[in-house]
Formats: sequence, C-alpha cells, structure tokens
Amino acid sequence: MAYLELNNINKTYGEGENATEVLSDINLSIEEGEFVAIVGFTGSGKTTLVNLINGLLKPSSGEVLFKGEPVVDTSHERGVIFQNYSLLPWLTVGQNVYMAVKEAFPKESKSTLQQRVRDYVDMVSLTPAINKRPKELSGGMRQRVAVARALAMNPEMIIMDEPLGALDALTRGNLQDEILNIWSKDKRTALLITNDVDEGIYMADRIIPLKPGPNATLGPEFKIDIERPRDKTALNDNPNYKKTRNAIIEYLMDIGESRKSVSQEEFVLPEIAPKSFVA
Amino acid sequence: MEQEITLKKESQPLAFLKPLVVKFTPKFQKGDIISSLKKTGITIVSILLFLGLWHLGSKALYNKEAAYKIEKALTEQGQAAADAERACIASGDSSCQPNTLPSPAQVWSSLQALIADHKVITADKAAFVEKMAETNIKLVEQGKDAIVYTGRASFVDIVLTSIKTVFAGFLLALLIAVPIGVIIGLSPSLRSAFNWFIQVFKPVSPVVWYLLVFMIVKTLYIGDSSDNAFVISFISVGLCAMWATLVNTAMGVSSVDKDYINVAKVLKLGTFQKVFKVILPSSLPLIFTGLRITLSVAWMVLIAIELLAQSQGLGLFVWEEFQNGANDSNAKIIVAMFIIGIIGFLLDRLMLTVQNMVSFNKNEGV
Repeated sequence: MAYLELNNINKTYGEGENATEVLSDINLSIEEGEFVAIVGFTGSGKTTLVNLINGLLKPSSGEVLFKGEPVVDTSHERGVIFQNYSLLPWLTVGQNVYMAVKEAFPKESKSTLQQRVRDYVDMVSLTPAINKRPKELSGGMRQRVAVARALAMNPEMIIMDEPLGALDALTRGNLQDEILNIWSKDKRTALLITNDVDEGIYMADRIIPLKPGPNATLGPEFKIDIERPRDKTALNDNPNYKKTRNAIIEYLMDIGESRKSVSQEEFVLPEIAPKSFVA
Repeated sequence: MEQEITLKKESQPLAFLKPLVVKFTPKFQKGDIISSLKKTGITIVSILLFLGLWHLGSKALYNKEAAYKIEKALTEQGQAAADAERACIASGDSSCQPNTLPSPAQVWSSLQALIADHKVITADKAAFVEKMAETNIKLVEQGKDAIVYTGRASFVDIVLTSIKTVFAGFLLALLIAVPIGVIIGLSPSLRSAFNWFIQVFKPVSPVVWYLLVFMIVKTLYIGDSSDNAFVISFISVGLCAMWATLVNTAMGVSSVDKDYINVAKVLKLGTFQKVFKVILPSSLPLIFTGLRITLSVAWMVLIAIELLAQSQGLGLFVWEEFQNGANDSNAKIIVAMFIIGIIGFLLDRLMLTVQNMVSFNKNEGV
C-alpha cells in the first residue's frame, strides 16, 4: 500500500449546466520518503489538487487515501505551505509559528513550545526577525516563515503549493536548498506543486505533469535519475538532466499545442466602420 | 543570540501609546516648519474669513430687524415712538434689541457668561455641601437620606451629562452590536433571518426610538420615583446608533480572507480559537469603522433625544434657551452648537486614532 494514494479523482465546481470539471480521472500514488513534483500550467487545477490532498476540499468522486485511510479533513500529519504564504498579518513571526505549534502539540508546556518556535525560526534563519510583523519582511522571508510554520508542526508529509512562485530567482534557489535540506534530514514525504520544470528536476525524485484544465488529468511520470545531493551548476552538464528536461518540456509543449487546436472556435467579428464626428 | 518571543500582542504596557508619542514628537526640519506654518496660516485665514462673513451677515440681519421695529413704531404709534425706539436700540439697552442671529462677539461674551455662571454655581455647590455637612451626618445617623444640592446645572455639568449619555449609549451599542454582528456574520442562515430585522429598524428615526424606549422603560420604572431621563436617553442613543456597527461587524466577519480561513483549517483550530484568533482580528478594521460611525451618529441624535427625554444635557439646554427667548438665548444656542461640533470632532479623532492602531493592511500577510 502506497503512502498517499489518489484513486480516480474527479472534482467538479458548480452544479447542473454551470458545472465545470476541473480535475478528472486523477490517479497518483506516492511512497513514503519520496519527493514528488507535479508540474503544470497556471490555471490547470494545481491548487485544487493540493486542496484535495490536504483535506480542504472533497473530491466529487474517487478517493484520497493517506496511509490507507480516506482523507476527510485537514490533519496535522500533512503540513501545507501555501502559494501566498497566508501569514496572519496581526501576529509576529514568532506568534504565527507559535499558533501552529500550540495546536499541533496541545499537551506540551509553554516553554517547550516556545523553544520549538525558536528552533524552527532559527532553522529558516529568521531569528533576528522573530518579533517582526509580516509586513516588515520581504517576500522571501515571509515564505520562510510559512515554511517554518508548516515544519514546526512536525508533519509526516509536506505539501507545497507553488511555494516559491512569487520569489526572485536568487531567493528561490536558496529556499529550494533549504527545503531540500530539511526534507533529507528526516526523510519526510514531500509533494511539490510547481510551474517550473527546472525546479522540479532539481528537487524531486519523480515529476508528473498535470495536463491543462478543464478536465485536467495527470500525464505520464518522469523519473529523475540524478544522484543526491544535486549540484545546480553541475546539473547543467549532466546528460541525464538534459534528456529528462527536454522530454518533459516537449511533452508539456505538445499538450499545450493539442489543447490549442482543440479549443479553436470561430469568432464572428462585428462589422464596424469608422464614423465621422466632423460632419 | 537568544531572542525572547513576544506572545502577548504588546510587550510593554504602554506600547499602544507609541503611535501617539511618535505623532506628537516634533521632528523639526526646515521644510517642515515652513509647510506647517503655511498650513496653520491657511487655517487661521479661513477662520478669520468665516468670522468676518458671520459678523457681516449678523449685522445685516440686525439692521433689517431694527429698521422693521422702527418702521412699525412709526406706523403704529407715530414719530415720537419711532425716535424713542431708535434711541433705545442705539443705546444697546437689552429690552429693545432685535432678536436675530447673534454676532461672533455676542457669542463670545455668552460663552464667558456661561463660564462665569459655572464658577458661581460651583461655588454655591461647595458652600451648600459645607453648610449641610453636619446636618447630613446627623441625617445619615438617623437613617435618613442626606440632602443633596438640587440647584440648576451649570453649562459644564450639562456638557458632561451629554458626554456621559453618549458614552453610555455607545457602550450599549458596542455590547449589543458587536456580538450579534459576529454571530450573524458567522452563519449565513442567521444572516438571512436577521436581515429583515436590520433593514426594517435601521432607518427608524431617533424620535421613534425614543418613544419606543420610553414606553418600555416607563413601565419598568413604574412605582419608582427616581429620574429615568438619563436611562431613557442613553438607551435610545445606543439603539439608534448601533446599526452601523452591527452591519459592519457582520460584513467584516463574513468576508474574512479565504486564505486565513484555510490557515485556520490546516492548523485545525477549534471554533473558539478560530473566531478569536483569526476571524475577529481580521475583521477588526471593519468593526472599528462601524464603531466610528456609531459614535458620530450617537453624538448627532443625542440632541434630539435629550430634548425629548428632558435629560439635563445639551439637547435640553438648546431647547430651553430657544423657548426662553431671553436676550442672550440665541447666542447661548450658538455656543452650544460650537461645543457640540468641537466635541463631535474630538470624539471622531479619538476613534480614528484607535482605529489606526488596530488596523493592518489587508495584503500585509500575503
């Protein structure tokens, strides 16, 4: 039995005539300790997929199994890092993390919890900013707080919804390394949703493309056979890397093309003639 | 390097005063002085302009009424009476002055008269208390009620009564509107259940609220001879003014950013935690906007309600002065008008400062 299993998932928004099927026939299984990346275009239903896995949404049909149990609600076992950080602006960095820790370990004493908060804030090297509010932080720092908040709850699985999408390339690279470090330290299971193929190849064991929606479904998986720890500069010369990257991009381009040809519609243009305002 | 985590919202007890301190700590630079002088200058010029126009206007009205009075004396009683009237008006004798819009100078002297009157009454009161001190001790020993000063209220007492009424009413509005707003904001079905109620009662006039409260309080106080005017007026003010807070709270609570709700769900916060740690803080800015409107509405309807309830506040003062029709009554009404305006402005500033302290930019966490 796989660690996380998605069986024939369909997700429809709306009802009756207005119904749009966002995801259809999604099948996925992730083993314990694996790092899986799902790559897809914007608007292809990636966030919907994430919310189905973390329990914020329920599938219209099909089932999500986590350790053999159907997912019916959110759980502290699955930590989520949101696309837009989602920090509470009226709390400081420490308070944001503390809130999560307190919920995850209700029985611990206050000082243990505070120590835990300090440890995790330190891990993302934000100790000097622990008493600052999110508005005083840069985008990268905010995302690091979100990472600390998710990890401080000690989840068995980390679900990341385009966590680095809004960051600049340099910060992005640093955070990728930080996340990989944390992941490899105690071999948690990780699911990364991204629109960046390179990010997927650098970080994941497997890459699965999500075909663009509506009716988005998962494409064939690509295994990344590159030894860890991976080196970003050396990666460029790795023949394996080039091959995988080209295959994935070719695949994504192809489905992009075929989607375009499917959705060709005839538009009737209205007859418009210039009007003279002088006469 | 060990950092203390602050888990209370503010670490220092007076930290909430910080914005005030910063605001009022002058940071002088050359440009600042010039621009602030310019601003003050413009304000002073506009005030002088206002006073000037007011003075000219009141003078024109005064002359019109004076001319009419003399004309009337002439047609009804002849030339001699008209001359006497003219001489009387010119002499400034209070018995024959035209009763019209008072000039700024008259209003100013009325204000001083009111302050002097306040000093007299305060002295009276102190003397009375001193005189009755021994008697009162005896009375209390005999188990009787002490004799208290029941003379007329001074202008300052009147203003304080009004402020007390507004704050009691505001507090009542806060205690009713915020909890109900939160509850109906949380539940869409309760929201539709309450909707007709809000829509029907929101536009009801202060006068009608007063009558409604009067009907109820009168019955509740039956057989009780104590003065219930204050109770009636503050309840009416509260009921009148609470709607803005109710609607804003319900809206703030029902429109909490979906991201925050998702966070609450992912962290698995309990309902209590979710309401107090996520929903309420995130709707605080809107709640305070509502409270600010409530306070200004409360101050606005106060006058009408005090007038009806015969509560010893500014509303009754204005009405009694109008009925009185004494020579300086009009000037006293204008003094009350300015006092009402200035206090209303200060209350609004107070709320704005509090609102700015609790507000945050909606996109700060994103």
